[in-house]
Amino acid sequence: MNKISIENLTLHYSDGTESLRNITMGIPANQITVLFGPAGGGKSSLLRILNRLNDLADVTYLNGRVLLDEEDILSPKIDVINLRRRVGMVFARPVVLPMSIRQNLTYGLEVAGMKDRYRLDEAVERSLQQAALWNEVQDRLDDPAIALSGGQQQRLCLARVLALEPEVILLDEPTSGLDPISTGKVEESLQELKKTYTIVLVPHSVQQAARTADFAAFFLQGELIEYAANKILFTNPENQKTEDYVEGRFG
Amino acid sequence: MDNSLNWREKIITRFIKVSGYSAIIFVGLIFYFLLREGLPTLGEVQFNSLFATRWYPIEDYFGILPLIGGSLIVTIGATLIAVPFGVGAAIYISEIAPRWMREILKPLVEVLGGLPSVVLGFLGILILSPYLRVFLDLPTGLTALAGSLLLGGIAIPTVVSVAEDALDAVPKSYRDAALALGATEWQTIWRVTLPAARSGVLTAVMLGIGRAIGETMTVMMVTGNAPVMPGGLGALFEPARTMTATIAAEMGEVANGSVHYHVLFFIGIVLFLISLIVNVTASAVVFRQHKRQERILS
Ligand SMILES: Nc1ncnc2c1ncn2[C@@H]1O[C@H](COP(=O)(O)OP(=O)(O)O)[C@@H](O)[C@H]1O
Ligand SMILES: [Mg+2]
Repeated sequence: MNKISIENLTLHYSDGTESLRNITMGIPANQITVLFGPAGGGKSSLLRILNRLNDLADVTYLNGRVLLDEEDILSPKIDVINLRRRVGMVFARPVVLPMSIRQNLTYGLEVAGMKDRYRLDEAVERSLQQAALWNEVQDRLDDPAIALSGGQQQRLCLARVLALEPEVILLDEPTSGLDPISTGKVEESLQELKKTYTIVLVPHSVQQAARTADFAAFFLQGELIEYAANKILFTNPENQKTEDYVEGRFG
Repeated sequence: MDNSLNWREKIITRFIKVSGYSAIIFVGLIFYFLLREGLPTLGEVQFNSLFATRWYPIEDYFGILPLIGGSLIVTIGATLIAVPFGVGAAIYISEIAPRWMREILKPLVEVLGGLPSVVLGFLGILILSPYLRVFLDLPTGLTALAGSLLLGGIAIPTVVSVAEDALDAVPKSYRDAALALGATEWQTIWRVTLPAARSGVLTAVMLGIGRAIGETMTVMMVTGNAPVMPGGLGALFEPARTMTATIAAEMGEVANGSVHYHVLFFIGIVLFLISLIVNVTASAVVFRQHKRQERILS
């Protein structure tokens, strides 16, 4: 079952470059789909289309369809705010909001209109547990979030998304600034989370792509070169370019 | 090493040092003269009559409270106008306006900031105060309110330009993060962008207040210059006299070295102290926040 279907998606920014060229792919539910490839391939652009964060960028041309559960999210009729609650995002650099740890977690729920203290507290604990951060911060939920270490901040950002109980989680190089131990924790959480959520991950290395992928898509300069289930792209790719990249012959 | 290069280095360093020291010396000298001319007041006028409510120098009434009160009420009024409008405009320019609008508004604000205050005073006398008189049905439009409105207008460009820089410096990633959580544009501004920029916004407010307290020309032209003790909010609709306007208006006619002359300098000292307190408070607040952030980040 595809949670998201991308059909003939093309994107140009105002500088005229074709950042995504006629992309068609399905993103299966309850799997980790990785989008990998060299910088400038359009991976971030694609992620930011999936939650319409790209609305803010200088996009001059956008064509194609993106269906989330059969509903076209590029349609002007879609409720963007609600869409972003269903499709959460974790960024490359952890961005904790200038508030306490608890407030970081409840912010999304509060702007969504939830006031019930009990349910907010519940969401805080559940999301921290899921992001493997509960044990480290349970005693200091009211400290400023900026006081956490980089790895903890990134897991807080993941927890913040989880608190909203979205359907899809987008992660754009979430571990690029983290040490191997924190990276391992995040990857572990993802394996657990895919039981409940659909996950789209842009990894920060081919190794991470190979470790985490249930489905893998190789992007090069705006084109989807190759897309396959399991780890075929890393063991037995069809396309020469994929093979070259995976084996580290360019990057 | 090349010897001439070495020399150049030395001369340049000296020159910079001298400039730095001279700035300190000038401030020191100003302060010295201010004290020398102002402090004799304390020997000549009794403390009680100095901090009294009657300012009528011709008959030797030197109560400076109405002047302090006048400055305060005009400045508070100006702050109440300049802060919401200034911060609001900064938010609009930095967060909401489309790019072409921003390119127009930013230079426009700088131009407004450079308007000579006499020009604004003219506008105040010719347009604002007649309008206030008719509209509010007052005996005269030359009131503290007119001063507050104009001073607010003068302070707004300062507030806007500094606050806008502070908002602009908030990383785009903060906004992305809040929006991605389903916050609306306004919720993002209110709960994330503005708090993240708060020390800069606070600096902007303080600079605006400083600009308003020190302003002379405009208030002298539009506030009516009656040294009455403000008794409450109603005083906004009556004429007032600020410290700066008093010094500017009376300094020309006093005999050098007279009591009146000394008192005017004493008012200068009071003004100086008030500005100092505002600035020190502002930097203390900003500094404390920086400290907190550093402590947290380390
Ligand atoms: N906001 C933007 N405005 C203009 N061009 C952009 C913007 N974001 C990305 N691009 C361009 O689109 C291309 C793809 O970028 P990106 O999606 O960030 O790729 P990746 O994440 O794979 O590195 C690049 O050439 C980049 O310069
Ligand atoms: Mg990217």
